[in-house]
Amino acid sequence: MQFLQKLKAGLSKTRENLAGRIEKLFTRTRGVEEDFFEQLEEILLGADVGVTTTLRLVDGLREKVKKERNVDVPFLFSALREEVVKILGEDFQPLNMAPSPPTVILVVGVNGSGKTTTTGKLAYRFSRQGQRVILAAADTFRAAAADQLAIWAKKAGATLIQHQPGADPGAVTFDALKAAFSRKADVVLVDTAGRLHTKGNLMEELKKIRRVIERELPGAPHEVLLVLDATIGQNALVQARLFKEAVGVTGIALTKLDGTAKGGVVLAIAQELNIPVKLVGVGEGPEDLEDFQPQEFAQALFDRN
Amino acid sequence: MAIFTSLAEKLQNTLRKLKSKGKLSETDVNEALREIRLALLEADVNFKVVKEFLAKVKERAVGQEVLGSLTPGQQVVKIVYEELTNLMGSEGNKLNWASRPPTVIVLAGLQGSGKTTTAAKLAYFCQKQGRHPLLVAADVYRPAAIEQLKVLGQQYRLSVFSMEGRHDPVDISRLSVEQAVSSGYDTVIVDTAGRLHIDEEMMGELKAIKEAVQPHEVLLVLDAMTGQDAVKVAEAFHQQVGLTGIILTKLDGDARGGAALSVRAVTGCPIKFIGVGEKVEALEPFHPDRIAGRILGMGDVLTIIEKAQAAFDQSQAREFQRKIRQKEFTLEDFLAQLKQIKKMGSLDELVSLFPGSGPFKQLKDLQFDERELLHMEAIIQSMTPEERRNPSIINASRKRRIAAGSGTSVQDVNRLLRQFGEAQKLIERLGEVSSSKRFKGKGLFPFLS
Repeated sequence: MQFLQKLKAGLSKTRENLAGRIEKLFTRTRGVEEDFFEQLEEILLGADVGVTTTLRLVDGLREKVKKERNVDVPFLFSALREEVVKILGEDFQPLNMAPSPPTVILVVGVNGSGKTTTTGKLAYRFSRQGQRVILAAADTFRAAAADQLAIWAKKAGATLIQHQPGADPGAVTFDALKAAFSRKADVVLVDTAGRLHTKGNLMEELKKIRRVIERELPGAPHEVLLVLDATIGQNALVQARLFKEAVGVTGIALTKLDGTAKGGVVLAIAQELNIPVKLVGVGEGPEDLEDFQPQEFAQALFDRN
Repeated sequence: MAIFTSLAEKLQNTLRKLKSKGKLSETDVNEALREIRLALLEADVNFKVVKEFLAKVKERAVGQEVLGSLTPGQQVVKIVYEELTNLMGSEGNKLNWASRPPTVIVLAGLQGSGKTTTAAKLAYFCQKQGRHPLLVAADVYRPAAIEQLKVLGQQYRLSVFSMEGRHDPVDISRLSVEQAVSSGYDTVIVDTAGRLHIDEEMMGELKAIKEAVQPHEVLLVLDAMTGQDAVKVAEAFHQQVGLTGIILTKLDGDARGGAALSVRAVTGCPIKFIGVGEKVEALEPFHPDRIAGRILGMGDVLTIIEKAQAAFDQSQAREFQRKIRQKEFTLEDFLAQLKQIKKMGSLDELVSLFPGSGPFKQLKDLQFDERELLHMEAIIQSMTPEERRNPSIINASRKRRIAAGSGTSVQDVNRLLRQFGEAQKLIERLGEVSSSKRFKGKGLFPFLS
């Protein structure tokens, strides 16, 4: 239940906003009228759920109202919650691990989404589980990115493989894999440079990193983790789509959920792209990385207590 | 910079339907407004802002300030354009310079919004204006943030003030201003740590920094991709610290930029700069009217002209115009253009400034690699003057010679010739557009036909 508690703490603001406002709306409104749906639409849109998903949710409720006779507000409330759980998927999706080590995890995302921090937190988590971790500083572009990762490596007790600034990230990845083989490491985490999904040449660079990994270790990377900032709006969908096309994203790490961002974009991504959210960043400490539990997430979002 | 593209396209589609009508019924207007509403919401414009915006547009559209020369549809476009401009702030957004230097600028924002990069860009911008900026590394929390600023400083020859060990950011900021006074820096740019707007302790620190250095500008650095939360973040920072302006970053992606529309409307703080790329030069002053034009697909022609004026030689430009009109565009001109374009900045960025419709539509799909320019130059320079004037004589044997001479392949030569052919066609059409009357007559709305 640790996840639930942390998430609740992290989401307390979220709840005040989304769940709180929905609750208010549900308790304030007596009859179910068109005005009610419009307000509901606004609340969902305001939570970054996105136009398509919002319309789907609200239209679903409208249908229900048409079909059933005695529809009251509490009924709609639970119907909406069910719908959200359905979109998010029933079960928690763990990170894909290799049948025999090393497991290679490629971490990608746009600038400033929190890749290095997430990679660092992951290294810390694996180390604490007694796994031998190698960190590949494949962000050779941003000034001092490798230094930032070095500090995390020290915190986690992981080995850092880095090159000079401006070096070929593919070469860094290659060396990291070689080091993993010779040192019999369990996990290799590749931290890549932030790149906007619209920059063709940078996306090509990312594909090359993936090819290097595939060549050196067939079956790898086992997990391609897209790091998404929870405060990002509808652009998150485009990001996810394009990164998926380029390097086959297999999971999402949603970061910065400890702000007031409402995480509604999670719904839109699950609904439209079918990429599971696997991890959630809920703070700045090394342990503030949690597995994403869809059921509990929905519950935390709608729980009345 | 594919800024606002989708929003522009959507609005244009909606408005095109209106444009063709001679008379507008209330149903027409309502339908258009509904589509505009969805387009704006999908662009992450804050839903409250959307509501107010539509109310204003409707009020004006129905209240009809009739202008003889415009159809009702065009008039709605005009109203939307003007209201968009209003929404983003219509007055100039210059930095406030201190009457007695140093001018102190504090940058603040959420984690990962791009403060450190923006600090370096802003310092570089000031330096180019002949100022002496001092960058201050006051982010003592994020691992290696100080190091990042130092490296950027080294790269671009900018002075950086930092203190070894873990010091209080308030002390660092205060001492940096003292240092600036004694060493003759006239601009101090303080890069603070990223913080959540709900983190009271960290917001308190920001207030203390402000208290200590009495800045002339407190700028919020905001990621243009931010969703509905953008407004809340900006409001919180404004209420607690008092902002003087906003810098929007990462506008070189395909973020629809709804944040730009909302933030100014809700906080009243002007957007002063936009970040449009990873390089240090990629920081531009923000022009609301031009952005509104871009959203509606009218193209940001003013920016193109300004950039061109900075890079182009006047007589060459006149010569080029003559050639456009007379459709004598040769590979030599192509080469001269390539060289000048290189001076104007990144190609992606330039292309995005053109109107998204009409003869320019195909431009948008081109992907550019800056290194390709070098290859193109080499290829053209390996041609004989005769070949440059009359590319049709370039046969297989000549292609092999050119490829060998420029260190490229025959395929590269072919590609260049094809690109030249496209450019030629485009320029012919440009010639037609610019010499036709409707281009001049419509002024602001060349895309309305």
